[in-house]
Amino acid sequence: MGDNNIENQWFTISVYSENNVGLLNRISGIFLKRHINIESLNVSKSEINNVSKFTIVVHTTENWTRKIVGQIEKQIEVIRAFYHTDDETIYQESALFKIASDLLFDERQIQNIIKDNNSQIVTVARDFFVLAKTGRRFEIDEMYEQLAPYGIMQFVRSGRISVSKDEMQISALLQEFQHH
Amino acid sequence: METLKEMKTETRKGKTLKISGAEAIIHCLLAEGVDLLYGYPGGAIMPVYDELYKFQDKLTHILTRHEQGATHAAQGYARVSGRVGVAMATSGPGATNLVTGLADAQIDSTPMVCITGQVPRHLLGSDAFQETDIIGISTPVTKWNYQITKASEIPEIIAKAFYIAKSGRPGPVLIDITKNAQFEELMFSYKKCTGVRSYNAVPKPDKKALEAAATLINSAQKPFIVWGQGVILGKAEEELKAFVEKAGIPAAWTIMGASALDTEHPLNVGMVGMHGNYGPNILTNECDVLIAIGMRFDDRVTGRLDDYATQAKVIHFEIDPAEISKNVHADVAVLGDSKETLALLLPLINVNKHESWHNRFKEKYKIEFDTVIKNDIHPTKEGLTMGEVIEEINIASQQKAVIVTDVGQHQMIGCRYAKFRESKSNITSGGLGTMGFALPAAIGAKQGAMDREVVAIIGDGGYQMTIQELGVIFQHNIPVKIVVLNNDHLGMVRQWQELFFEKRYASTVMVNPDFVKIAEGYHIEAKRVSERKDLKSAVQEMIASDKPYFLEVKVEKEDNVFPMIPSGAAVSEIRLK
Ligand SMILES: Cc1ncc(C[n+]2csc(CCOP(=O)(O)OP(=O)(O)O)c2C)c(N)n1
Ligand SMILES: [Mg+2]
Repeated sequence: MGDNNIENQWFTISVYSENNVGLLNRISGIFLKRHINIESLNVSKSEINNVSKFTIVVHTTENWTRKIVGQIEKQIEVIRAFYHTDDETIYQESALFKIASDLLFDERQIQNIIKDNNSQIVTVARDFFVLAKTGRRFEIDEMYEQLAPYGIMQFVRSGRISVSKDEMQISALLQEFQHH
Repeated sequence: METLKEMKTETRKGKTLKISGAEAIIHCLLAEGVDLLYGYPGGAIMPVYDELYKFQDKLTHILTRHEQGATHAAQGYARVSGRVGVAMATSGPGATNLVTGLADAQIDSTPMVCITGQVPRHLLGSDAFQETDIIGISTPVTKWNYQITKASEIPEIIAKAFYIAKSGRPGPVLIDITKNAQFEELMFSYKKCTGVRSYNAVPKPDKKALEAAATLINSAQKPFIVWGQGVILGKAEEELKAFVEKAGIPAAWTIMGASALDTEHPLNVGMVGMHGNYGPNILTNECDVLIAIGMRFDDRVTGRLDDYATQAKVIHFEIDPAEISKNVHADVAVLGDSKETLALLLPLINVNKHESWHNRFKEKYKIEFDTVIKNDIHPTKEGLTMGEVIEEINIASQQKAVIVTDVGQHQMIGCRYAKFRESKSNITSGGLGTMGFALPAAIGAKQGAMDREVVAIIGDGGYQMTIQELGVIFQHNIPVKIVVLNNDHLGMVRQWQELFFEKRYASTVMVNPDFVKIAEGYHIEAKRVSERKDLKSAVQEMIASDKPYFLEVKVEKEDNVFPMIPSGAAVSEIRLK
């Protein structure tokens, strides 16, 4: 076992699965049992009809990640699971900031923050406005730091979504299973 | 009756017909070849029991006295027969009582389908009477589970349940069926499941891996085989034997692999693990190539991992990819069904003898025999030993019995000294170590192999965990032989207290009831032996009987099981005393 097996790292686990209500419970149990925290979780449809994709981010060793992916893949409704390091994926998160409306007009600096961070104003109401920012986690964190001194009424960040640089050939795999 | 008959012939032809969900469940079971199941009724499963009543000429339902008993009986049945065991229960407490058996079947890869009733769909989530989230509860202990809420789902889901339970690495499946789905009608037709698109049951063997394995094996000086239950589950006993004999490699077994190869085969060097044999444990850390076949490097087998076979190249034959390099790094992994992979390996292997290496095992056996085995099976002290009882059973049964053990000292002694000539003869709770397993499992084992002698070896502690199943043995006159090795202690725990907790015997001393009277209360012929002179004839009488028989043997109260690898020690640090 190489040295990178014992150092903690960020890994993105991508799980292609059938659409099943119980599966999330099964998958989260695999992490729970090993005391590995799920840092972020996103479930969505995938590029294939009726196939769901779980995107799970963990901070642990490669050794644990490999074993977890093995256990996940073993679940009946899981078609295939992969893990990747940050270098091997294109990934993003989204965040929403709710800010008091008067700041938008009173504080020039706020407008600069919006521009500099490439974020969008989603809505402007009488009492508040909402900013959306998409990017890497550290970029969202930076914007957060910049806005914090002015007061953030609400903040929320989504789970990571990612696509791998490599191909994931799920359609081919499904065909192969079909013909077993 | 007329119509029922017609309907049956029609289903057999695979035509559709309109029946209730409950009746559909019966037709599914029949289509899967089930003729026997274990269970316990209650409100949420009553429509199915009503159908069981109507179909009792085709499908025998055995009422165990506790739902846990139903699961272990189904497991015993599955383990001797290689077929899927079936257990049924009602919702709520009926369902939760299945959990131990599910966990046991999951960790020991036993094919089992459990069917539970559930409150009607419209009451789900309302904390209705006897509603429990058995899907949530059973998720970590099942290979797959599913809740049916519409009658129309029944055929497809039950077909899938049986396929998943028995294919690939087998395991338990739980299907929860809401009561409305049992009452509703459906257009019934049944098609067996032959595949699930997201599930690759058996990986295809890789030629390159097989060649790499053969190269390592052919150049090895001190090769060593450890096989597990994967050989039995894969029906690969003949292939294992052919490989062992051609390559001349000493072969040892895990507790779950016992009986796959004749105990007295000259290349069978015994059991590995915590209370396994001396030679195979010590020499694990001397071999140059370790060939693991259908086993999963459980910690009871490996002892301290970072000192386990570190000098050896490891070849792992395994059906479940998640087991590869899970605990022990595999230098070569050969994925696939053991029957197939071993057959493909055989022609690549050179004929060999490895005589001097084999002699090392013989030397170690002699040491173990002189310090441990001799005193266990031919004791000179006054008190009876568990080992001599097992030896008498070997003699009386001509090594042909199915031995079902519970959990504790008697289990280790049973597995160490029982001799087997036929596969699927050692039924024990290996991975979970479930006390209370043996009595119900022996019922299932007998019903799964009526032509075989079935002897249950049970401790006085574990016996009292499922003792109520004597009711089944009595009611159905199931001729199992029950041997309780009574040391008036939770012996295995007491042994640990003696060795590692300075003899503080916290809650391990038991004041026991009159077991003979209890058996007699169930009208089972019963005997107690407390002296050596009576042992042989009592065992012979028990084996000769064609009825259920109970034998209590009062054994030494404070005997210990050796050899032993203390937890946290390396296999090579195995203690002889
Ligand atoms: C259900 C369950 N509870 C507790 C244990 C822990 N345990 C393992 S062996 C043992 C003692 C078993 O005593 P007995 O059945 O009398 O067998 P003996 O060791 O004396 O042969 C206990 C309590 C267990 N394995 N299973
Ligand atoms: Mg005891």
